[in-house]
Amino acid sequence: MIAGARLAGSRRASGVAGVVLTGFCSALAAGLLIMLLGYVTVQGFGALNPAFITHLPHPVGIPDGGIANGIVGTIIIVGIAVLIAVPVGVLTGLYLAIYGRGIAAELVRFMAEVLSGVPSIAIGLFAYTVFVKPFAHFSAFSASFAFAVLMLPLMIRTSEEAIRGVPTAIREGALALGLPDYGGVLHVVLPAARPLIVTGVLLAIARVTGETAPLLFTAFGSQFWELNPANPMAVLALQIFTYAISPYDEWHRQAWGGALLLILAVLVLNIGARMALSGRTKKS
Amino acid sequence: MSIELDSPRTAARTGRLAPRGLTSRQAIADRTFRAALVGATLLFVAIIVGLFVELVRGSWESIVAFGPAFLWSSEWNPVTNHFGALPFIFGTVVSSAIAIVVAGVVGIAAAVFLAEFAPPRIARPISFFIELLAAVPSVVFGLWGLFVLAPFLGSIVDPFLQRYFGFLPIFQGTIYGIGLLAAGLLLALMIVPTVAAIARDLIVAVPNELREASMSLGATRWETATRVVLPAARAGIVGACVLALGRALGETIAVTMVIGNRPAISGSLFAPAYTLSSVIANEFTEATSSIYLSALLELGLILFLISIVVNGAARVMMWSMLKAQGRRP
Repeated sequence: MIAGARLAGSRRASGVAGVVLTGFCSALAAGLLIMLLGYVTVQGFGALNPAFITHLPHPVGIPDGGIANGIVGTIIIVGIAVLIAVPVGVLTGLYLAIYGRGIAAELVRFMAEVLSGVPSIAIGLFAYTVFVKPFAHFSAFSASFAFAVLMLPLMIRTSEEAIRGVPTAIREGALALGLPDYGGVLHVVLPAARPLIVTGVLLAIARVTGETAPLLFTAFGSQFWELNPANPMAVLALQIFTYAISPYDEWHRQAWGGALLLILAVLVLNIGARMALSGRTKKS
Repeated sequence: MSIELDSPRTAARTGRLAPRGLTSRQAIADRTFRAALVGATLLFVAIIVGLFVELVRGSWESIVAFGPAFLWSSEWNPVTNHFGALPFIFGTVVSSAIAIVVAGVVGIAAAVFLAEFAPPRIARPISFFIELLAAVPSVVFGLWGLFVLAPFLGSIVDPFLQRYFGFLPIFQGTIYGIGLLAAGLLLALMIVPTVAAIARDLIVAVPNELREASMSLGATRWETATRVVLPAARAGIVGACVLALGRALGETIAVTMVIGNRPAISGSLFAPAYTLSSVIANEFTEATSSIYLSALLELGLILFLISIVVNGAARVMMWSMLKAQGRRP
């Protein structure tokens, strides 16, 4: 009896210790990450002002420098990347969802999974060898290409899942009404799958917006207003990197401001994606 | 919810649902539509093949000049044009190893807590938060690592480790703050969300019958979690860790900012080092000779191949677990 009671006590103790320990690990992970976000917010908030968002970068020592060209450059580069990645990604997803049986389709799926793990810097090197080296000229377009390749795996996967999620009966109904194959897909299946595809696009945009490594030798950066995608262009994430490793306090301050903007943009995109998703599940 | 688009009876073989007797215009449109889908898929495959071919083509000069010795030579000298990858492979492997050990322990523990012990009121916000953090850009982690983590390590943690554990060679040598340890810990923080989020999903997916059976035999919740639930999800959790490891191996910007960027192999975790990705980031636009550029591209090729092996292994592990549970990946 006594031995049994002692055993139960030690088992209960180890159970409590286990819960405390795993709870501590959760708190540690979440706490460190809260500290990081809090620090960026506090430091970045001090750097934010109208001039910071509307002015071009100024040389060290001249006040009121900004990152306006980086914000515009980010939008242009990500925008072109979306124009490339969304059609290719959605069509490939459609192919996998509709005709995707057999070993070839499995291979395409596996390639997409593996591509999602390829380091962005390797994809940047690819963009360099294809679009920078032959022209001997850094360009915003080469950065867009790298971003598009980075977005593709996510686009393909979410489109395929979105389209598979549309009940067969809906598509068969369209065909029964006399719509041809493509018509059923374009007018019935795609609209039904749209919320999930939009979620995928938003998540893919969030993923590349903060990406820096491939920009180093594609977009390269610029001190000026540059709207032509054939030329080197300033990008927000790249400016943060350059300012952070510079020796100047003023530039460090601007790096924090840029980091806060970047985090806000990425969080808004992520929350938007979640809202698009939850709105859909509520309806269905 | 996920229903196969083609019901097996109608269109399993051809994928076509359309009835016979379409007008020729519709038949052409159908064919065009199908060609567009196949074309996009082929374009995607071409991009992946192109990625590999271009990296090999770009690094060919270096492959021919240095041969396989490139992998174990530790000389990196742009002046004499002698290049070897060993210091970078060393830095990449050690920093990622630190990261996966720390993030694996913390992430799996957090996942167990969130899935098995925490009430939904606590688990939901923490899970949501951890998932959002997987989206924080690496340049922001790098900024924080450079100005907060590295000074903290250099002034408090490293001296402490050296004072009490200085008999270990890994804690000897000059303290800079930045270095292998800083890079490893920053990477750990970056991949903890990946480990925790996937592991939690896998633990939640373990069938409840197992828990009920274990508890009906008298096991406590802790014993059930560690001896029944975790082993059931083991293959998938290992896969999640390998996936996170893949992310750590290729991470560039954050590591470049805190690892110190010196191509040296040292036994001390406090010493500055260099990784495959950070040397490419730092030196690519400054490479003056074509053999220099080619050597950097070969580092990129090595990184690409490592990532394919690691990610392929992770996917196979997770697929096999999900298949064993009888669900689609």
